[in-house]
Amino acid sequence: MIEPIFLAEAAINGIMLGGILALLALGLNLIFGVIDIVWIAYVDLVMVCMYVLYFVVQVYGWPFWLGALAAMAFGAALGVGVHLLIITPILGSAPVNQLLATGGLLFFLQSFATFLWTTDHKSVRLALPSWEIGGIFLPATRLIPFAISILALVGLYVFLTRTYVGTAIRAVSQDREAMALMGASPQRIYIVTSAVGGLMAGLAGALLLFQYSVHPFFGGQFGPLTFMICVLGGLGNMVGAFVASFVMSEIISIAGVVWSTEMGYVIAFVVFIVMIFARPGGILARRQ
Amino acid sequence: MSPGRALGLALAALLAAGPFLPLGGMQEYVIHVMVQIFIWSFIGGAWSLMGRFGLVSLGHGAFLGLGAYATTLLWNFWGLTPWLGGVLAVLLTAVVAVIVAYPCSRFRVIGHYFALVTLAVGEVVRLLIIAERNWTGGSLGVSLRPAGRDSLVAMQFADKRVFYYAAFVLWLLGLWVWARVDRSMARSAMEAIGEDETAAASVGIHITRFKIGITVLSASLTAVGGVAYAQYISYVNPDTLAGIGVSLRIVFAVVLGGMYSLLGATVGTALTIALGEYLRIVFGLKFIGMAETIYGLLLIVFIIFLPSGIYGSLRGLVARVGRAPARAGV
Repeated sequence: MIEPIFLAEAAINGIMLGGILALLALGLNLIFGVIDIVWIAYVDLVMVCMYVLYFVVQVYGWPFWLGALAAMAFGAALGVGVHLLIITPILGSAPVNQLLATGGLLFFLQSFATFLWTTDHKSVRLALPSWEIGGIFLPATRLIPFAISILALVGLYVFLTRTYVGTAIRAVSQDREAMALMGASPQRIYIVTSAVGGLMAGLAGALLLFQYSVHPFFGGQFGPLTFMICVLGGLGNMVGAFVASFVMSEIISIAGVVWSTEMGYVIAFVVFIVMIFARPGGILARRQ
Repeated sequence: MSPGRALGLALAALLAAGPFLPLGGMQEYVIHVMVQIFIWSFIGGAWSLMGRFGLVSLGHGAFLGLGAYATTLLWNFWGLTPWLGGVLAVLLTAVVAVIVAYPCSRFRVIGHYFALVTLAVGEVVRLLIIAERNWTGGSLGVSLRPAGRDSLVAMQFADKRVFYYAAFVLWLLGLWVWARVDRSMARSAMEAIGEDETAAASVGIHITRFKIGITVLSASLTAVGGVAYAQYISYVNPDTLAGIGVSLRIVFAVVLGGMYSLLGATVGTALTIALGEYLRIVFGLKFIGMAETIYGLLLIVFIIFLPSGIYGSLRGLVARVGRAPARAGV
């Protein structure tokens, strides 16, 4: 039998992880909701941003926060680049081709990262305190990313609901054709969305580097999980993705303590499969 | 005899004589590459049985892994011959396919959702293999227990030519199944379902039955491919035989070749394997990752510029050129 204190600690770690997963899932979901293409390589873009941060901090000696800003700017540029070079030519293609084009990007990024930086795990050592409350350890390396990701999500919410561009983005995701009929160019909105998605990838990368070391196959660890959270929340549904992130992170965290890390993922994926059958529109959708 | 059929027969004869062509020191290597092309083409063909009807599965790695691991583990632990083990593995895969396909068609999980559900199934199988490391070897994989000598019972042979012919026959069998499906009534039914389920149901097509049928057929053949691959390489690994990586590779090869034509999967697989081998030889151990980088880049370029696949685009071109003079004559 597992001591309750370990379960409590796992539950708290789950919440912390959920914040970052939410950031990843919302970045991907924003792009999906607006452009209607799943970027299979989204978490691999995060991986590249993590490398950028690692190099500017460890090799060039930049302060971490400045490096994180650089990684976010790089992520935004990367997002626009991916949209212009890969997504724009295939906007009208069959869905399988769209999936595969970003899948090709996944192979490309993984192997190019292997080529440039080898498969060594690279991490940034941060000297941060850790607190103990009632026998549960709360390290700053988990608390700070969690707090920042929640702030970022609030920022995204304000951006989407209170600004002109944000409203335009929501308009496109509601009805792509109507937007074009109104004489607005969807391409500009697509570019802004890809930049915001890339920016979030950069931020998520910076926050992940607090706790994880980066290697070329980092995307495989969080990639499939991120798509599943998006689908579980309802593709394009921001609030749903937010809730789903915490559901998945709790399952992974608690099952990881009770059984093993792999079993945690297995159970999370099985829950995902069953939920798709029970509620195809996402956990927050009304049953038809 | 039509020129196409004559060409096909000539090609088959050439392939059948393949192992006896005087290739000198290259022979072993060429045979090895050809065996891989046959097996992966067979698997790609099995995938395209579903893919061409809009059932885009990103989880065929699951079926491949089940086939390969079930046979290997049965042989390693209980000494069960792969002939019997293979049958059990295919049965197991068929059961899993039904468990996945039934709710998918019952709850109308299609398009992106179907792709992601199958992706999750592929990952579940990969992670289960890694989690049960005590008897599957985890992420290190497991080697097939050697029989010690050439043995038909163990399906192990020192001479690669045996595998060459076995894989060749398997590949022909795959083409035959594909052609049978292509000419059957089921094809029309499946195409109707792929285009519009409600319309198909309204003319009396039993959607669930057809979808489960094609999924089980495709999954079982993929498992057979997994058994064949495991016997040939005599080593199984969760990352090369299950999960998202291998599933994407299968889909790539087929889409690259063209999934709506008989030889599409073969053309695509032959090209991707040849390309991979070429890049591997050119870059060797000097630039690790460079070969794969170029491979990924070329895949993106191909998908953007040849959306209906190489074979499909070529055939379209030939058809257009062939028709043009006839029209001019009228």
